[in-house]
Amino acid sequence: MKPIIQVKDVYFRYEGDDPLSSALNGTTLDIEQGRFVVILGHNGSGKSTLAKHLNGILLPDKGCILVDGMDTRDETKLLEIRRTVGMVFQNPDNQMVASVVEDDVAFAPENLGYPPEEIRLRVDEALKLVDMYDYRLHSPHLLSGGQKQRVAIAGVIAMRPRCIVLDEPTAMLDPAGRHEVIDTIKRLCREHGITIILITHHMNEAIDADRVFVMSNGKVVSEGTPKEVFSNVEALKAEGLTVPDSVELIYQLRLAGLDIPKEALTVEETAQAIATALK
Amino acid sequence: MPTIKTQALTHIYSQGSPFESIALENINIEISQGEFVGLIGHTGSGKSTFVQHLNGLLLPTGGRVLLDGVDLNSSKKLRHEMRFKVGLVFQYPEYQLFEDTVYKDISFGPRNMKLSKAEIDERVREAAGFVGVPEEIFEKSPLELSGGQKRRVAIAGVIAMRPSVLVLDEPTAGLDPEGCESILKNICDYHEATGATVILVSHSMEDIARYASRLIVFVDGHAAMDGSPEEIFSQADRLRTIGLDVPVVTDIASRLKQLNIDVPDCCYTISQLKSAILSLKKEGAPC
Amino acid sequence: MLKDITLGQYFPGNSFIHRLDPRTKLICTVIYIAALFVAKSYITYGVLLLTLVLCVAVSKIKASAMLKGMKPLALIIIFTAILNLFYIKGGTELFSFWVLTVTTEGIKTACFMVIRIMMLISGTFLLTYTTTPMSLTDGLELLLNPLKKIRVPVHEFSMMMSIALRFIPTLIEEADKISNAQKARGADFETGKLTERAKALLPLLVPLFVSAIRRADELAIAMESRCYHGGEGRTRMKKLSLKLSDLMTMVFSLLFLAGIIILARFGF
Repeated sequence: MKPIIQVKDVYFRYEGDDPLSSALNGTTLDIEQGRFVVILGHNGSGKSTLAKHLNGILLPDKGCILVDGMDTRDETKLLEIRRTVGMVFQNPDNQMVASVVEDDVAFAPENLGYPPEEIRLRVDEALKLVDMYDYRLHSPHLLSGGQKQRVAIAGVIAMRPRCIVLDEPTAMLDPAGRHEVIDTIKRLCREHGITIILITHHMNEAIDADRVFVMSNGKVVSEGTPKEVFSNVEALKAEGLTVPDSVELIYQLRLAGLDIPKEALTVEETAQAIATALK
Repeated sequence: MPTIKTQALTHIYSQGSPFESIALENINIEISQGEFVGLIGHTGSGKSTFVQHLNGLLLPTGGRVLLDGVDLNSSKKLRHEMRFKVGLVFQYPEYQLFEDTVYKDISFGPRNMKLSKAEIDERVREAAGFVGVPEEIFEKSPLELSGGQKRRVAIAGVIAMRPSVLVLDEPTAGLDPEGCESILKNICDYHEATGATVILVSHSMEDIARYASRLIVFVDGHAAMDGSPEEIFSQADRLRTIGLDVPVVTDIASRLKQLNIDVPDCCYTISQLKSAILSLKKEGAPC
Repeated sequence: MLKDITLGQYFPGNSFIHRLDPRTKLICTVIYIAALFVAKSYITYGVLLLTLVLCVAVSKIKASAMLKGMKPLALIIIFTAILNLFYIKGGTELFSFWVLTVTTEGIKTACFMVIRIMMLISGTFLLTYTTTPMSLTDGLELLLNPLKKIRVPVHEFSMMMSIALRFIPTLIEEADKISNAQKARGADFETGKLTERAKALLPLLVPLFVSAIRRADELAIAMESRCYHGGEGRTRMKKLSLKLSDLMTMVFSLLFLAGIIILARFGF
């Protein structure tokens, strides 16, 4: 299958930054349509800079990014690229333009110039998908963090994108809000085939991913299934990342000499693995 | 005498208007000098309202708050002094930085205390040391720093007042794992070095389990649970009904019990569960 | 608390006036103000006052809300009254005191001015009380649309206004948080001389300003990501459409203005 996003050896440095410290240092990765992909990395690893490259907000100094075959440097394709790859950011307050939920969700299709009936249709559909239809006439500033972030997701879905990039969407939320958002994006991926690229440093959010990329110093330093990536505990720790507590427990038990397989991730798998090892 | 004592503390927002809402109801809590207390609860459970009563930013609409035996409601001047005794670090404290250098910003609190120049200097350096702000960046603008560094500067600004009670509302929100870990460690070191009372508000059960010696769980404006981490986490089911996360380790431990493996009831940190499992291994096959 | 301030004084409702198109309401308000300036006699004022009372009654907005809104403007009203009272000379001299002379004409003009200002304010209040700030901006954009031809950035202006309206509650909440955080560090916003107090506001204003800039920056990126590229080719979900009732209202208002002008011409 042809990848929806291809990042080819991308270099990028912010203006005014030290010439020796580039934000992206030869990043290369492919993302296939319909997958749930997680990009991990500590602060300053270049993961947010990469996100802003995926819909042409930033353009590479060197290398190129292809979205569904379109080069992000091609200005004539810019709207088409942004319609294909939607973006959700960390702070839900700073991505809402309107004072009423449904008006905010309508923003993108309005920009794309659809007729009013079509916009209405897309707005209602998007709000129902994130389970916020009942709140369509509310004012965004009275919603909880998780609800605001779901409205932001709806605002992107209204473009009917093939891919949604979420840049630390749960960083400012409480655990309840975090669950709401993660459940919503997983559903969008599994039931509606939308490619999800989740950028996060909450390791637990990566457990259900199809593929995990770990970034450091503007490069992809490891990639694979969550099991493959998390089984290499030392490598992750060297990148300033932690592993999920379940993985850490098994890692420490192995260090203490317990013979236990290291592929367990979920609570259930971990408990089973420990039980088997003790029997 | 407890450092902090609340008697039937109640707070009702917009009392008497149609928007009236009860944020806190009949809270009776005593906290002694030197305790490390974790406050847990949902957004809107009243924990943030509660901590703002501790230094008189909010005044009770019912009941009393006593600080070292003195009622905070008694005089305005007293309340101003109490601000320095109870240091409050808000969520995302880096947004409150305003001076043009790091040094000046950390010294804002001590300057408001009208201390001597030498005393202020000593406190700024001490506070910066506690949270790992190197002296080389003292003359930099706070705006030039990274997110994690800004957060440290902001926390130093509160510690520089040498409060006998340090309250932190979600001090690690939005930081990456390494940043979280090191800030929590700094706070813990501060607690040990100064003997100050620390009250940590957090959503992360893992963090609280690791550092606090006492937990208070807020539910709908009530202090629903209050006890040692062992006592609280052994009631994992009740926490789940409230809708709070339980540490993953506790989840694994309770699953192990269901699998007939005899781990103790109150495992909530990795090292506890690890040693429990290893001791079972030594004893030979369980069940 | 700062949060308690209500901005964008909209009173939700579903009256005839609430349902009118914002453009109709804007035009009618302008017509009403014009009529106020044309009117000169008891009769014309009476007619206008009656119309206003009728409209307020239809909108189901309480008269107390109208008066409450006028409170901050009381100083201006009183000042105008006093100015007219002493400066207008004519009619019989009632009494004089030092350099100040009060005449019957002065009292009459002062009363007229006060009534005129109060009616003017009430008229505009009726507009803002029955129209959401958002639809007001939309209506304004559509009305000013012809100005685009002479390169007035009408779309940008109205987008700026609606974003400002959206962020007012967010920034008020933020100001509240920052002020609490600085108070926790012993900042004192309440006591001291005026200069000291102005200086004491810096710890509040600097972070608020920095944060507003950061928000603007993030919002711009978010808007671009959602395909915003200016007003060109942009459509709207909620298209404002003039209904028959809007047209009737506008025609009636124009006839009303014409009537007032004719009355004024004939000296009423």
